[in-house]
Amino acid sequence: MHRSLKDDASPDARSCGAAEPSSESGVASLIGGAATAASSPCVASGEEHPSSSPLSIHDMTVAYHRKPVLWDVDFDAPEGKLIGIVGPNGAGKSTLLKAVLELVPKASGRVTIYGAPYRRQRRLVGYVPQRESVDWDFPVSALDVVAMGTYARIGWLRPVTRKYKDAALAALSRVGMADYADRQISQLSGGQQQRVFLARALVQDAKVYLMDEPFAGVDAATEKAIVRILHDLRDAGRTVLAVHHDLQTVPEYFDHVMLLNMRIVASGPTRDMFTRENLQKTYGGRLTLLDQAAHAMARGIANSE
Amino acid sequence: MRNEECKMTGAAPWAGFRRWCRVVVGLLGVFLVLWASTSALAQASAGRSKSLADTRLELPSAAQVADVLLLRDYNTRVVVLGTMLLGLGAGVIGTFLLLRKRALMGDALSHATLPGIALAFIVMTRFGGSGKSLPGLLVGATIFGGIGVACVLLIRGATRLKEDTALGIVLSVFFGLGVSVLGVIQKMDTGSAAGLESFIYGKTASMLASDAKLIAGAAALTVVGCAIFYKEFSLLCFDESFARSQGWPRLLLDGAMMAMVVMITVIGLGAVGLILMIALLVIPPAAARFWSHRLGPTVLIAGGIGAASGWVGASISALAARLPAGAIIVLTAAAAFVLSMIFGVQRGVLVRGVELWRLRRSVARQHLLRAMYEAEESGSAGAGVGEVELLRARSWSRRALGGGLRRARSAGEVEPGDAGRWRLTEAGRVAAARVVRNHRLWELYLVTHADIAPSHVDRDADELEHVLGAAMVEELELLLARDESRAVVPASPHAL
Repeated sequence: MHRSLKDDASPDARSCGAAEPSSESGVASLIGGAATAASSPCVASGEEHPSSSPLSIHDMTVAYHRKPVLWDVDFDAPEGKLIGIVGPNGAGKSTLLKAVLELVPKASGRVTIYGAPYRRQRRLVGYVPQRESVDWDFPVSALDVVAMGTYARIGWLRPVTRKYKDAALAALSRVGMADYADRQISQLSGGQQQRVFLARALVQDAKVYLMDEPFAGVDAATEKAIVRILHDLRDAGRTVLAVHHDLQTVPEYFDHVMLLNMRIVASGPTRDMFTRENLQKTYGGRLTLLDQAAHAMARGIANSE
Repeated sequence: MRNEECKMTGAAPWAGFRRWCRVVVGLLGVFLVLWASTSALAQASAGRSKSLADTRLELPSAAQVADVLLLRDYNTRVVVLGTMLLGLGAGVIGTFLLLRKRALMGDALSHATLPGIALAFIVMTRFGGSGKSLPGLLVGATIFGGIGVACVLLIRGATRLKEDTALGIVLSVFFGLGVSVLGVIQKMDTGSAAGLESFIYGKTASMLASDAKLIAGAAALTVVGCAIFYKEFSLLCFDESFARSQGWPRLLLDGAMMAMVVMITVIGLGAVGLILMIALLVIPPAAARFWSHRLGPTVLIAGGIGAASGWVGASISALAARLPAGAIIVLTAAAAFVLSMIFGVQRGVLVRGVELWRLRRSVARQHLLRAMYEAEESGSAGAGVGEVELLRARSWSRRALGGGLRRARSAGEVEPGDAGRWRLTEAGRVAAARVVRNHRLWELYLVTHADIAPSHVDRDADELEHVLGAAMVEELELLLARDESRAVVPASPHAL
């Protein structure tokens, strides 16, 4: 069952098959041995993950109530890249992030952050949950929410001191929200709330950021602001994985892309992997509407090269 | 409003002070009203007592009232202090319970204690004890309260039933079990079980000093616990998955929170009874939300409302001995809730109504001034503007326009001209020019800076410079002046 599903779908569907030849440049340069990695790209995957990778997922399977959500996900994130996670509803995009963060149990598999399990590397990981996952009527100010990002550093039972509040304020001004620090969070617009969440992750000063739909339901100004911050993060050598819904903007926003539909259909540099065929494999028949647009975009990228 | 906040950030300490003043004054007002109605009730019953001998409440004389208020009487002192501290502890932990969206968990918990109390009684009588030792009964209550909570979590976790369903099942089944065991006890030959029922409805008046001390201890533990776990609790309540991703132990924190709820509930059973205990956990925090948008103040206010409800309720019941204290305490808390809902400074009905009304007035005034100004500007109305033209300018009713004109006239902004026409006064023209200028600058700003505008737009901003900064306003004014299609720049009547 397990194997046949994987094989039917497409023999080259897993990250190694389709992705390796092109993503090799990213991964291989990190491990420093381009030749060996290129010579046996597919067999090696799942066995030899570079220990320096910001996020390595080894054959991870996740199931809710016996219903599998993710099958055999095998993935190495290249460092210092913006990676878009793209796929239809119910493809397991959020679940992937939650499984990495150990918020949902894994049925099998292993995840490492810079070579060590997540629970030893929490400080290196910043998480931006979906905006709808919390009650925005909660009696706290924007600054309070951002300060929550420093709680792990503050530690048990100690109060939030001036130093941490200043750090939170600095993060808020980085997302252009310093004027709203004292505003109760229900009085913020959706885009502003999303920025507050982003600021809470920024104040952690993490090396890997996992963002669950940071662009969902935000206005154009906020979207631009967030993209700018993501690019800043990348330029500072941080790695960002973001669940993304809008196929139109994928090539513009993300260096790498992971096409996900219960398993990884393809992953690698956007210009190689964000193709019509791969999108069709990911979305199946549902893509018909998006088909043309994606095709046009893929061509546009090819021309601009 | 936004403008006001901008100004407020400039003088942050004062703003905070002012906000606190409003909250304190409001809360004082609420309790003043409560006290006034209490004494009015007492006096009313005093007046009627002679004619309606059957239903009379025991009449507090002035001396009695003073005794109760000043806690001169030993029993009253014990009861009032005990219920106050219970209200305080319940209000504080209740805030977190409410924010954790577990308000009904407290209800299931308190109902689940009944079989524990009854079984503890049986066990203690079997082993030769009196059966009514309070610590023994409370241990039984705690164990079964814990079992009740565990059952809810188990049903929710192991099946796909939702939490409310699990709560309904546990609450009713445990209560039923408790009532059955109480029935069994009545038939037992050892059974001097009279008094166990008091745990159902509570029996505040018989509170002993030792009970009050127990309550004081539990309340102190709760307040201290909430103070030291303040940061952790607030994070868990706001965003559980983020808290867990950061490595905070959810089970431990939830356990600590529920342990405090169990403690306060079990301790409070004797005072207000297991049916009404939920009210002390839920109502004060719910009322407090109308007074503050911040967690710290909300917790303190909830504790304060809880304590005040305990105090007022116990005092009323001490003055009118036929009124059961538990019920009166809950009703007092409910009264505080209703008053908070109406008068609360943050989202009280009254405040919101007034704000809305003010906003409408201000918008109507601006519309009128702008319509007048633009009519005069277009030059067609040298001798004033007719109501017909004004009616055409906007979609407002004749009545609304009439009211607006009347208000503007009494404000000295318009004056009647000849033949039922209206003119702007000199002061009115200044005000109108300002309104028109701001309106046009906003429009221009939205057109030229559409991408950053939405986070700044505040149509009610009287001084745009506050919102946009002086440089931006200057730039916009230049743009406005240059724009050919808008040759109708308001000739500024005063230095801008």
